[in-house]
Amino acid sequence: MTSEFAIEAHGLSKSFGDLRAVTALDLKVPKGQIYGFLGPNGSGKSTTIRMLCGLLTPTEGSATVLGTEIPGNSSLLKPRIGYMTQKFSLFGDLTVRENLQFIAEIYSYPRQERSARIGDLLQKYDLIPRAGQLAGTMSGGQKQRLALACAVLHHPDLLLLDEPTSAVDPQSRRDFWANLFRLAEAGTTIMVSTHYMDEAERCHRLAILDRGIKVADGTPTDLQAQTGMNIIEVSAEDPYAAQSVLAKLKEVASVTQLGVRLRVLIPEQFGDPVEIVRTVLAAHQLPARTSVTEPTLEDVFVAVTMKADDVS
Amino acid sequence: MKQSLSRLGAIIKKEARQLSRDRLTFGMVFGLPIIQILLFGYAINTDVRNLKTAIVDQSGTHLSQQFVAELRETQVVNIIETVSSPADLENLLRRGRISIGVYIPDDFDRRVVDRTRSAVQLMVDGSDPTILGVANQLRAMTIAFDSTPTTLPQQQLLEIRPYYNPERRTPVNIVPGLMGVILMMTMMLFTAVAIVRERERGNLELLINTPVSSAELMIGKVTPYIAIGLVQLAIILGAGMLLFDVPVRGSIVDLYIAGSAFIGANLALGLLISTATNTQFQAMQVTVFILMPSILLSGFMFPFDGMPTIAQYIGEVLPTTHFIRLTRGIMLREAPLHELSKDFYYLLAFTLIAMTIAAMRFSKSLD
Repeated sequence: MTSEFAIEAHGLSKSFGDLRAVTALDLKVPKGQIYGFLGPNGSGKSTTIRMLCGLLTPTEGSATVLGTEIPGNSSLLKPRIGYMTQKFSLFGDLTVRENLQFIAEIYSYPRQERSARIGDLLQKYDLIPRAGQLAGTMSGGQKQRLALACAVLHHPDLLLLDEPTSAVDPQSRRDFWANLFRLAEAGTTIMVSTHYMDEAERCHRLAILDRGIKVADGTPTDLQAQTGMNIIEVSAEDPYAAQSVLAKLKEVASVTQLGVRLRVLIPEQFGDPVEIVRTVLAAHQLPARTSVTEPTLEDVFVAVTMKADDVS
Repeated sequence: MKQSLSRLGAIIKKEARQLSRDRLTFGMVFGLPIIQILLFGYAINTDVRNLKTAIVDQSGTHLSQQFVAELRETQVVNIIETVSSPADLENLLRRGRISIGVYIPDDFDRRVVDRTRSAVQLMVDGSDPTILGVANQLRAMTIAFDSTPTTLPQQQLLEIRPYYNPERRTPVNIVPGLMGVILMMTMMLFTAVAIVRERERGNLELLINTPVSSAELMIGKVTPYIAIGLVQLAIILGAGMLLFDVPVRGSIVDLYIAGSAFIGANLALGLLISTATNTQFQAMQVTVFILMPSILLSGFMFPFDGMPTIAQYIGEVLPTTHFIRLTRGIMLREAPLHELSKDFYYLLAFTLIAMTIAAMRFSKSLD
């Protein structure tokens, strides 16, 4: 069976007792792309990823992952997916090379090609100087590289990464993403969850999750174009006072302070947004400069999670 | 001072709250002392009764029957079988079926009158000094025809013949049992934390996402420990022989076969604990919970026959009980393994069942 999608999920739901972790999730993840999963902690990202690799059984709904039905015989799927957990799940009391050897053996990687593959990975992920070091003694970034090397060792068609960058420094994050693009180029489908906006922006497509519900999905550009919000940047002398005044306006959806600047989100239906802001600030004798600016993913995020609030 | 008290109070309150939410610990706090005191309070009783006994009565006279009835009345013995020859008694003794064999020769009546020789022979399993001590109490028994003159100097009515440990040395009894206890302790502890440790470190999430199956994981986990267990067995055995002069009268191959089955049983039990608990600490608690009865109710410390019925039932479930019977049989009584097959098969069955339950309990999902 050939489908252009690596993952197709329909009405996927998961409850833990009374808690609804994921509700009626529909997903289509195209092959060979990096698909982002953006959402705050507890929004159901990890639960969804665990359902997709068969670690958790969905309460309702189903999914087709690489042509295999979930829930179903996920053992067929295991050899074809790579999975990286938040904690990296390495064996701290084995060396870097031993970790890789263990993974190679568990996945029955062809014996005669094993050492070549491991050498290749050590080189690609800049781990050669660390080959003999115990994994437990490495830094966050090094652990992350090893975890990724372990996850891709058996050439999986689908890579599921659960917040892989939450415990590493910015430089490691940049290197990590460079590696992801290289893998995607080689044809691997990658699903990555994150709560960093800048990472979400790098994905080919992304879905935004809020309390277990998908509130938006599409390419980052599409999402930014479809916020339905005007974004006004306000540079005020007294940003705190300006913020409290603006936040009280019924037209204003949200005000965020960024240093001395304020980012004001006003839904498009309220006419000239700059006028609205200027009028109210002038009325309170708060001098400020205002300008219209392009929405970022963070604005998208604020906008869509707010809509969800209105509904609930 | 006031602040310090408030902080102290906060810590105490937090600890109490956490304790009340950890149901296993909570159960341990109350359940453990109650169960253990009841169990061991009754079981730890060196005033041993109801020792399993077989009897040969070759005389079959009125007097011998009267003697047997009086023997029964002492409640020290529990006559479970009547056989026809002293050789049968020795056989039962070797198999560990009985602790005492009573031999009444055909000239019993004459011997009672003419006390130049003992009238009854007690063949006692001397590998347990407690049993021997209890058997010695029986010497106070008397029996006589009404007409027997009592003034003559008399040979004692009962002659005690201790088998297997005539010098009555404690190490001879202790070391075979100790082998069981040490092996159990280390083997069970090793594997009890095996799966839980992976779970705590987050390795389990990675492992169950690989093609490895539950059975592969379980068997792979215990295999290295089998080798460790066999080495331990050799160390204990060597020390026992060199330092304490403990005999190995039976086959050392039999001993190793029995040892392997016992190691398997403990590893399987450890794995079962590991799949049933969530943290290493819980696994330790449960292990200790099993450790105590294995030491006290297995016949290692106190003669099995002397324990109350309920304690005997619990003891029968524990692998250590069966292994101690095997080691004492093979090492001290020179019993071949096939004569002790019941205990051996129990260990095999225990291993298989515990291993199967462990593999079934360990599902490859996080639900």
